[in-house]
Amino acid sequence: MSTYILRHDEASCISCLACEVHCKSNKDLGPGPDPCKIITMGPFDVGRPAQPRMRIVFMPCFHCEDPWCVRACPTGAMQQREMDGIVHVEHSLCIGCKSCIAACPWGTPQWDPATRKVVKCDYCMDRFDAGLQPACVTKCVTGCLSFGVADELPDPRRERYARYLVAEPLGEGKEGS
Amino acid sequence: MSSTMAPNVAGVAAPGRRTVYSMCSMCSVRCPIEVTVEDGRAVWLQGNPHDKAIGASLCAKGSAGLALEYDDDQRPQTPLIRTGPRGGGQWRRASWDEALDYIADKLKETIAAFGPRGIMLSDRSGPFTDLTRTFVRALGSPNYFTHDACCTANAHNAARTLFGFSHEGLIPDLGRVKHLVLYGRNIIEALAVKEAKAFMAALANGMRVTYIDPRATFTACKATRYWQVRPNSDYALNLAIIHEVLKQKIYDKAFVDRFVSGMDYLREAVKDTTPEWQVSHTGVPAEQLRAFVRELAADAAHVIFNPGWGTARHKQSFHVSRTALILNVLMGNIEIPGGFILAKPPARYGRKGLNHLIARVPKVEQPRVDGAGTTRPQWDPEIGMLHQAFAAMETAQPYGIGAYFAYRHDPITGLPDTEAAKRALEKLKLFVSIDVRYSEAGWFADVILPEATYLERANILCQMGGAVPNFSMRDQAIAPRFDSRPAWWIFREILRRMDIKEALDFETIEELWNYQLDGTGVTVAEMREKGFVSLANAPKLIPREELRFPTPSGKIEIESAVLKQAGLPSLPPYEAKAAPADDRFLLLIGRTATLTHGQSFNNPLLNEIAPEQVLWIHPDRARPLGIGDGDTVEVRGGGSYVGRIKTRVTPWIHPEAVFMLHGFGATVPLATRAFGRGVADQRLQGGKLYDFDPAGGGCALTEAIVQIKPAVAEGGNQ
Repeated sequence: MSTYILRHDEASCISCLACEVHCKSNKDLGPGPDPCKIITMGPFDVGRPAQPRMRIVFMPCFHCEDPWCVRACPTGAMQQREMDGIVHVEHSLCIGCKSCIAACPWGTPQWDPATRKVVKCDYCMDRFDAGLQPACVTKCVTGCLSFGVADELPDPRRERYARYLVAEPLGEGKEGS
Repeated sequence: MSSTMAPNVAGVAAPGRRTVYSMCSMCSVRCPIEVTVEDGRAVWLQGNPHDKAIGASLCAKGSAGLALEYDDDQRPQTPLIRTGPRGGGQWRRASWDEALDYIADKLKETIAAFGPRGIMLSDRSGPFTDLTRTFVRALGSPNYFTHDACCTANAHNAARTLFGFSHEGLIPDLGRVKHLVLYGRNIIEALAVKEAKAFMAALANGMRVTYIDPRATFTACKATRYWQVRPNSDYALNLAIIHEVLKQKIYDKAFVDRFVSGMDYLREAVKDTTPEWQVSHTGVPAEQLRAFVRELAADAAHVIFNPGWGTARHKQSFHVSRTALILNVLMGNIEIPGGFILAKPPARYGRKGLNHLIARVPKVEQPRVDGAGTTRPQWDPEIGMLHQAFAAMETAQPYGIGAYFAYRHDPITGLPDTEAAKRALEKLKLFVSIDVRYSEAGWFADVILPEATYLERANILCQMGGAVPNFSMRDQAIAPRFDSRPAWWIFREILRRMDIKEALDFETIEELWNYQLDGTGVTVAEMREKGFVSLANAPKLIPREELRFPTPSGKIEIESAVLKQAGLPSLPPYEAKAAPADDRFLLLIGRTATLTHGQSFNNPLLNEIAPEQVLWIHPDRARPLGIGDGDTVEVRGGGSYVGRIKTRVTPWIHPEAVFMLHGFGATVPLATRAFGRGVADQRLQGGKLYDFDPAGGGCALTEAIVQIKPAVAEGGNQ
C-alpha cells in the first residue's frame, strides 16, 4: 500500500535543480540517469503590465498504488515494498531489459549506463530506513519539497492561501495594476 | 619530515564515521557545510544545520562536491612547469621542491628588474584574504587584487563614497522587509543559499519585489513587479525615482536632516529627471513609476534598494549602485529592523577579533600600481582594480609588473577581451596559477600549483562580518587524493625560499589557528564543535543618536568629498544610450544556479545539466535577420573569435540586447567535458579590457556590442 508522498510546492521552488544533484550524488550516479527531474517552462505572461511567471514541475517517482513498472518487470527486480508501498529496484535481479521504462506512464525508471541496469527514485530507502528524509528533501534549498505520510502531510498551498488572506485582503495591495 | 610533505590535520584518515564542519568552495559564497566521512572517504555533504540560516540546504554545486572529489580526475595532480610556448599545453610534471624553487628564482629575477612591487596576486576576495594579502605584503609589494573589477567594485566603491564603508557592511533584514527592489540582482539564479532561502521565505510572507532587468530571469518570475528596462538605463530610472520621492516628500526627513549632507546637491541633480523624462531612456511608463513611488510611501522605511553584486556592467554602474544606496538613505532604513542592519565589529559585543596574519609583516610604502587610494582616491586600495594591473604589465606604467600569482582565480575567463589580456600576460617573467582545476589562466601560466580541494584542505580561520560577526573554519575532511597542498602551506614555502620566514612561520594549521585565536577566548576545539563560533547571541542595534559614518564629514555624503578630490561629479547627468540596430546587439551575460563562473563546467554532474548555453534574442529583432527559435547563429564581438550558439527566441529579453550565460567555451583540452562547449562571452567583449566606469572602476561588460547572423550549416543540418 502506497503510504508516503513526496510533495513539491511549486510556489516555493526556484528551479535551482539542486534536488536532481542531491539525488544523483546520494545514489552515486554519473551522467545519464535522473531519478528525479525538474521541468521548467516559461516564462509565461500572466498579467498587465507584463508579468512573467514560470511553471516548475517536479518529477520523482509517484510510487503508484498499482505500479505498472512492477507488473512489467519479468524478473521481479522491480518491487513494491509491502509495508509502505515504496517501489524500488532490487539490482541483483535487474537484467537491464528496460520493460519498466516502457511501462511507466511518467518516464520514471532511468537507464544507468554505468551499471547497465535501471535505477529509480526509491524515496532514498536506505536513508528512510535509518529514520532520515530523502536526499532531495533534506537538502532542498528553499524547503519546497516535503515528504511524509500522504494523509498527514500538511499542504503548503492551503497555509499560503490563509497567509495571503491575512496579508492582502481582497481588493487591496493592487495599486499600479 | 621533509618540508614538502603534505600537512594533513591530525586523524584525517582515521577509520570509522566522523562529522566534519567546514565550508563549501564550489562557488565564491562559501556556505557552511557538514561533511560525513567514513573510513577516510567523504560520503555525504549538506548544509551545516548548526547555522539556522542555511540548515541542511545545499545547492546543486554544493552537492556536486563529491563528484569533484571522486569522479573528476581531470584536474592538476602534481605541480606542472610549462615547457612550450605560453598556452601551448606542453607541461612537465615537477616535484613541489622543484616547482617552488623555480618560482623563487623567477621572483628574484622579477625583483632585480622591477623591485618587489613588480610582484602581484589576485584572488576572488572573500573571508580568507588575510593569507594572500600577507603573502604579497611579505614579499614587499602593495599589489594585491581581488577579482572585483569584473564583479562588485562599483557597488563597493559607491558605498564607500556615501557611507565610508563597503556595501557588504549593510545586512538586509529580509525577514521584515516589505518591499525589495532589485536591479538585475538575480537572487534565485546567481545563487547564495542563505540569501535565496531568506528571499523566498520573505516572499511567502508578503514581501513585494520590484525586479528591474532587460531580461526576465527566474527572479523576475517570482517578483511582484517586473520592469523590462532598456539595457544599461537603470541610472536614468533611479534619477527619476529620486525625483519623485523628493517631490512626493516620502523620505525620512528626521533621518536625512541629522545624518545626510548634500540634499541640495541631490535636489539640483534630479530637478529635471521627471517620470516623463525617463520614459524614452528606460521604457518604463511614467504612471507606473509614480505608482511604484506611492507604494514605497506605504512601505517605508521597510524598503530596501539592493545595490547589486555583479555590477561590472556599464560606465555609470557605479552611480546605479550609489543612487540605489541614496534611496535607502531617503527611506531612512539604516540600522532599523526591516532595513539594513550595519555589520558590527567584534568590539561591539565586547569581543576580540581574530589576530591578523598581516600584522606580522611591515607595511609597504610603495604606491599601488593601479593608483587605487592615491591617484585614484575613489578606488579602494584594499581591493584594487585588476584591469589596471594588466595595463601596467603591458605598458610598464606607472611601473612594471613581472610576476603574477592567480590564486583560485581565472582572470582570463573573468576579464573581458581575452586577446588583450593575453597580450599583457605575455610580458610577465612569471605567471603562476594556484588552483584545484585547469583554468583558462592556468593553461596560459608558467607554473600550475595544484591546491588541495576544499574537502582535502584546511584554510586559515576567517572572521565573517555581519550584524553578529563570527569565526568560521574550513577544516580538512579527507586526505588529498593527489600530490596537492593547501594554500597556507604553498605561500609559506614560497616565502621561505625568499628568506622571508616570520610572516607564515607555522608548522601546522593548528599552530596557525592558535595564533589567530590567541586572546579571543575561543579555542580550536570549540571551533570544531560546530564549525563556527558566533560572537553574540543576537544583533545589538546602534541607537540612532550614536550612529556615525566613517566619511570625511562623518555624515552620509551625497556629495562625496572623495569623488570631489578625484575630480568626479557625485551625481553626473545620465548619458543617453543609442539603440544598436540591424545585426548589432548589446551582449548581456549572467548566471545559472548550477554553474559558477568558469569553475564548475567540467564537473561531471554539473556539466550534464548545462553543457552549453543558448542565446536569448527578441522575436522582433530575430525575424528580420531570418533567425528562428533553436537556430544556430554566429556571434562576433570585434575580434577574430566567432561563437556558434543556438537561439532561444523570446520576448523576455529586451530587443536591444542578446543574452548568454557566462563562463563557457573552455579551451583546456584536458578538461574534456567542458572543452569547446558553448561560447566564451569574454572573447566577444572586444576592446573592453580597459573600458571601465571611472568612478567605481568596474569593467563595462554589458556595453559590449556583438553581431549576430544565421550560421552556415556545418556538416549538414543543424
